[in-house]
Amino acid sequence: MEETSEKLSPPSIWSKLNIRTWVSKVPLLAWLIGALIAVGLEMAIGTPLARGLGLPKAPVLFGFIIMLKKPLLIPGAALYLLLIYVLPIGLIARFGAAALNRLAATLVEFSTVFSILIHLALLYLALHLWSGMSDYRILVVKLTLIAVMVTLSLNVINGYMGEFSCSHPGFMALGAYATSVFTVSLFVNDKLFGAAVLPSVIGPFFFPIALFLGGVVASIGAMVVAIPSFRTRGDYLAIISLAFLFIVKSLIENLEVIGGPRGLGSQPDWANLPTVFLITVICIWVINNFVRSTVGKALNAVRDNEMAADAMTVNTRRTKFVAFLFAAFWAGVAGGLFAHVLRYVNPSTFGIQKLAEVLAMVYFGGLNSVYGAIVGATSISLLGEALRPLEIFKWIIIPLLLILVMIFRPTGLIAFKEFDARQLVQPKKLK
Amino acid sequence: MILLQNLINALQWGSFYALIALGYSMVYSILMLFNFAHGDIFMVGAYIGFGVASALIALTAMGAFALPSWLILVLTILFSMFLTSFVGMIVERIGYRPLRDAPRASAAITGLMIGIILETGNLILLGAQRVSFPSLISTVTYDLGGVFVTNKKIMIVVVSMLLATALHQFIRHTRYGMAMRAMAFDYVVVPLMGVPINKIAAMTFALGSALAAAAGILFGVAYPVLDPYMGILIGWKAFVAAILGGRGSIIGATLAGFLLGFIEIFVAMIFPSTLRDLIAYSIVLLILVFRPHGFFGEAYSARLRL
Repeated sequence: MEETSEKLSPPSIWSKLNIRTWVSKVPLLAWLIGALIAVGLEMAIGTPLARGLGLPKAPVLFGFIIMLKKPLLIPGAALYLLLIYVLPIGLIARFGAAALNRLAATLVEFSTVFSILIHLALLYLALHLWSGMSDYRILVVKLTLIAVMVTLSLNVINGYMGEFSCSHPGFMALGAYATSVFTVSLFVNDKLFGAAVLPSVIGPFFFPIALFLGGVVASIGAMVVAIPSFRTRGDYLAIISLAFLFIVKSLIENLEVIGGPRGLGSQPDWANLPTVFLITVICIWVINNFVRSTVGKALNAVRDNEMAADAMTVNTRRTKFVAFLFAAFWAGVAGGLFAHVLRYVNPSTFGIQKLAEVLAMVYFGGLNSVYGAIVGATSISLLGEALRPLEIFKWIIIPLLLILVMIFRPTGLIAFKEFDARQLVQPKKLK
Repeated sequence: MILLQNLINALQWGSFYALIALGYSMVYSILMLFNFAHGDIFMVGAYIGFGVASALIALTAMGAFALPSWLILVLTILFSMFLTSFVGMIVERIGYRPLRDAPRASAAITGLMIGIILETGNLILLGAQRVSFPSLISTVTYDLGGVFVTNKKIMIVVVSMLLATALHQFIRHTRYGMAMRAMAFDYVVVPLMGVPINKIAAMTFALGSALAAAAGILFGVAYPVLDPYMGILIGWKAFVAAILGGRGSIIGATLAGFLLGFIEIFVAMIFPSTLRDLIAYSIVLLILVFRPHGFFGEAYSARLRL
């Protein structure tokens, strides 16, 4: 039917310019290469171009901060954005699509895993070069990646399992402190723990172990929430998890050994961009496989109807237990990275405020979806940075946006969508 | 002696939790949603009370009319309860009515976000500096054989118990109360019987917010420093109390509010006060482990949406 109607109607100029059909033919490879070229362009001519357009310096975050700070510079910043980012990416996507589709097809034919690795490498290269231009960008990228991990792991509980867990900042705190105590006590000369035990040269090799340890400690803490969840669901479990959050925060504040309310500082500077990127990729990979495994399906079954799931031989207790521990593990790892990115942790960081932030990311992006978690965490963190010049009004705009999303899409922007990396790297069909 | 003294402190502290928890519990019983903006409505109520009290004091000083200070306090409480109930209705209209059939967690998020907007709006309107609540009644301390009781403490406990009783009577013995109970009992059939559920839901939010405003003013009388973030922690703790009482149970929420006050005060009495949250919430956690549905709550049932 559709094909005949297409044939009958005369080809109009709009059908050629239809941006949807056009975008649907562009492979991921083209976007990545476009981004890489845009970043290269910015490195080469960014500063002189910005000067030429009357900007004080090259815009740090796509020009949004400059636009909001000095409205008079909006045309300049917009032009910069257009020339440096939109134009190169658009041109590559428009004219390179055919060739890059063929290239993507060749890569996939050779080996899908290899193709995925190539895509990841391109993404990392673009991120690395882009963030290499200022320290602020590095920090933003790192914190965004960590937010992706936390959101993803909370999505396992709140999205896939359908509970309303409020304990995630608590898991993060456990991971952050466990990791920090491990690294600071072993590799750093510090007031609290005394001189370093091991030479700091071999330290970075122990960093994965430290992060793993942080995750394990968070998992052990998660048992406090996981075991009551056998008998309790819904609001009562929400309260148990909230009580857990209060308890963890209070516990850390009372442990003078690890700094108490003053916090713990002087973590070694090991959480560089490649580390954070690599661990985030591993986290996405593992969690995506987890939620697509039988345990993940069992989680959905427990969410939709626990009794029916039980009748269908799903071991609901084991499922819940594993899910809580698994999610807490990744929250703990994210917390450990967070501590080493900021190189200072404080119990008050992991309070109700953090909880509201993480919940906002999960529900903005979309429940039961890895895409959703990535989109939610990235957009909320970048929005938070981009709206920074508005100062306090930022906290009116972001909540309003979230309320609108909740009203019009109650489960979030991209909910209930499977994430398949193999699908992503496929060439787009050419018609 | 110390025990009695702390008992009185705990009664006072528990009355704040009880009044706020009542608002959570009422909304829950009829809509099965928690109003996470409730702690911030408490804050708004305190600020409205501050505004009303300041205005009344200014009017008295200008000689418009001469009012004794206790009357100013009563008028402040009544006016603020009235004004804050509109805040509650607006919150319901914006954040909860459009989401009535959505997953429950989504409504929780809108509630949280409205709370943030209320805090920020307050910060924008009044600036970051804290304001101090005008002291309307001078403190009189009674010495009852070593136990010191102030008139403020007595007033706070009495007023909050009066309000809780009034609410209970309202729900038991009026037509609107009956409609609320009917809605709590069955959400689907009751509208078919001609009960205007939107009106009842708005009224429930209004009542809860009025109680939160009363709690805010009483809080301002006891601890006269107000800041825009004062509602967060007390709101979440009252939420804990509302659940602990059994969701949707009015008596349970009141009692659990007082219980939480007792736990916090007595933990602080026995242990160093920095351990208060740690031990108090461990107790709460244990209570919920052994009584997973609170004190007066029904067991988990298919009625729970999501």
